[in-house]
Formats: sequence, C-alpha cells, structure tokens
Amino acid sequence: MSRVVHRFTRKVPKWRPRVVPVKLEEATEAQLDALKVTPSNTKVSDYVLTLAHDVQSLKVRSPLFNAILYDPGGMSRAERELGAIAASMVNRCVYCAAVHADRHAKLEKDTSVTDALFADGADAELGPRDRAIFDFARKLSEAPPAAGPEDMTALRDAGLSDEEILDLILSSALFGWANRLMHVLGDPVREEVGA
Amino acid sequence: MSAFETTVTEVAGVRRGGVAAAAVEHRAGIFEMTQAAEDAVLRPKVTGAVFSHELRAALAARIARLSGDDVLADRHLARAGAQAPLADPSSRDDGAVPMLAFVDKVANTTRDITIEDTSSLRSAGMADADIVRLCGIIAFMSYQIRVIAGLRLLLADA
Repeated sequence: MSRVVHRFTRKVPKWRPRVVPVKLEEATEAQLDALKVTPSNTKVSDYVLTLAHDVQSLKVRSPLFNAILYDPGGMSRAERELGAIAASMVNRCVYCAAVHADRHAKLEKDTSVTDALFADGADAELGPRDRAIFDFARKLSEAPPAAGPEDMTALRDAGLSDEEILDLILSSALFGWANRLMHVLGDPVREEVGA
Repeated sequence: MSAFETTVTEVAGVRRGGVAAAAVEHRAGIFEMTQAAEDAVLRPKVTGAVFSHELRAALAARIARLSGDDVLADRHLARAGAQAPLADPSSRDDGAVPMLAFVDKVANTTRDITIEDTSSLRSAGMADADIVRLCGIIAFMSYQIRVIAGLRLLLADA
C-alpha cells in the first residue's frame, strides 16, 4: 500500500503518475532518442516516461533545465535551489520541494534553512541574503507574479549582481514550469511498511 | 537567432548593449533554448489530434492574459487564427469547458490541483498523451510569463 505525501519533507517520495506513462517496449524511435535510452542505459523514471507522450518538448526541456540549474558562474547552485524551493512551496509541489530541499541541504552541508522553511513557511527565520532570495522567488511564483521593485531593492541590498538576479529569475521561473508537470500529472507517495 | 531575438527578451524590452544586456549575454544559451522550447511546445511538428498550432497559441494567449501580460498575450494571439476567441479569459465555449477550466486552474491555483482535475479531462474524452501535451503548454507559459516579469523588474531597477 502507498499513501500520498501532503507535507513538505526532504525525504524524497516516490512519484506515482495520474496518467499512463509511455511503455518503454512500445516507445517510438523519437521517444527513445529523447529518453536517451541506449543498450547500456535502460532505466527511465515514470516521470520521464510520462513526459515522453510529448516528445518534442521533452527533448528541448532537459538541456534547458540542466543549464539553468548547473551552468557555471552567476548565482551559487544552492541559491538557485532556494529559488526552486520557493516556487515549489507556492505551487505545493511536495515532490519538487523534497528533491531541491535535499539538494540544498547537501550543497550547503546544512539542513537549517530547509528545516526552517518547512516548519514555518514564508515566515521562517532566514539570513538577510536568503530572505531576499526566497521572498523574490516566492512572489515571482505567485499567479499573477507579484514580485515588485521593493523585492528587487532587497536583492540589491543583499549584494546580488545582475547575473545572480537573472539566475534567480530563471531558476524560480523554471519551477513554475516543472511544478505544473510534476504536481499536476502525478502524486508524491510513500510505501507503507508493514500491515 | 540571438538571445536578443527571442520572445522573452523582445516582450520584456531587453536590447543588445542596453540595461541587463550583459547578464542576458552571459546566459545566451539559456535564452536560445527558451525560444527553442517555445517552438517545441507551441509549434511542434507532431501536434496530436487535439492541439493544433492555433489552439496552442490561443491557450498561450489566454494564460498570458489571465496573468495580466497583454503584450505577451497579443503576441501569441496573432497566431491563434480561428481559435482566437478561446484566448479571452471570459470565453466559455461549450465544447471546451473542461479543458479551459483545467487550463485556468493549473495556471493560477496550481496548489489546489488534485487527481479529480486530471480525471475530469479523461471523463471528457481526452487521451493521456493530450493531457500531457496540455500540461506542457500551461507549464511552459508559466515559465515564460515569469522570465518576462523578472526581466522587466531587472530593467526597471537600472
């Protein structure tokens, strides 16, 4: 048996699709190409197999996601993760929040920021730089986006450069995209242990 | 195509040599990939039975309009052809009601989406592949809208 996880957690749940994913053995050549399936790499997640229904999007999406989160320079990786976490909290994507909170904690070798965010939400006590980053990303993630000049001023006061602010815009906006796939097309679940 | 000839930089008004141009140039590849994503999501070679390029453009315009971005909405609307009426957020075309309700909810109150919302599309006869395509359109637009909103703030702050 499995149950749906509703609370934010760093312990990454399993993702259970709400639609039927593409079956690997029935995948077309274009799908296999987008899935990067090779004889030595046949492990593909249900999430990616679900997105394989829309193969042209999948193919452009993966390199873009990697570039926004991992390209060198600009904002630190952990701070980009904070942008992802803020968006995932606004959209209540428990799965995305877990993956990126876990990464943030590992990059920072510290769980205190994500502990505070998951315990107290937007009111969590954060250092001034994290506060400015989180608030900007949270407001940009609202619908319609609600970040304003005062949030930009807070980022400047916290010492962020144009390059860093652009990386924050991109990483939080990216999760406006990712959350609307992950949270809408499936559920975060945990296997129940025992009877 | 350069980073300055993309929907997000043109709509936000970022110009080569102008404010924020150096930061955009630093991430030129990301802006080019963002445009490639728009082309793949809104104008794919394989559309599936339901989501023609015109319908995708109309939904993109609707999502931008709901988000208060009329410049972006008009840009997408120009490609919507006969589907243009669906871009009006008050439009409730009888045949498209479950789909439009889903679009509006996923775009604007994502946190409230439950399995019933996807089930409602299935009950209305939508195939799983088309549900994934529809989510892809809404999800990409949510990204595009926020990149533009962020760039405008960056420009205004100079």
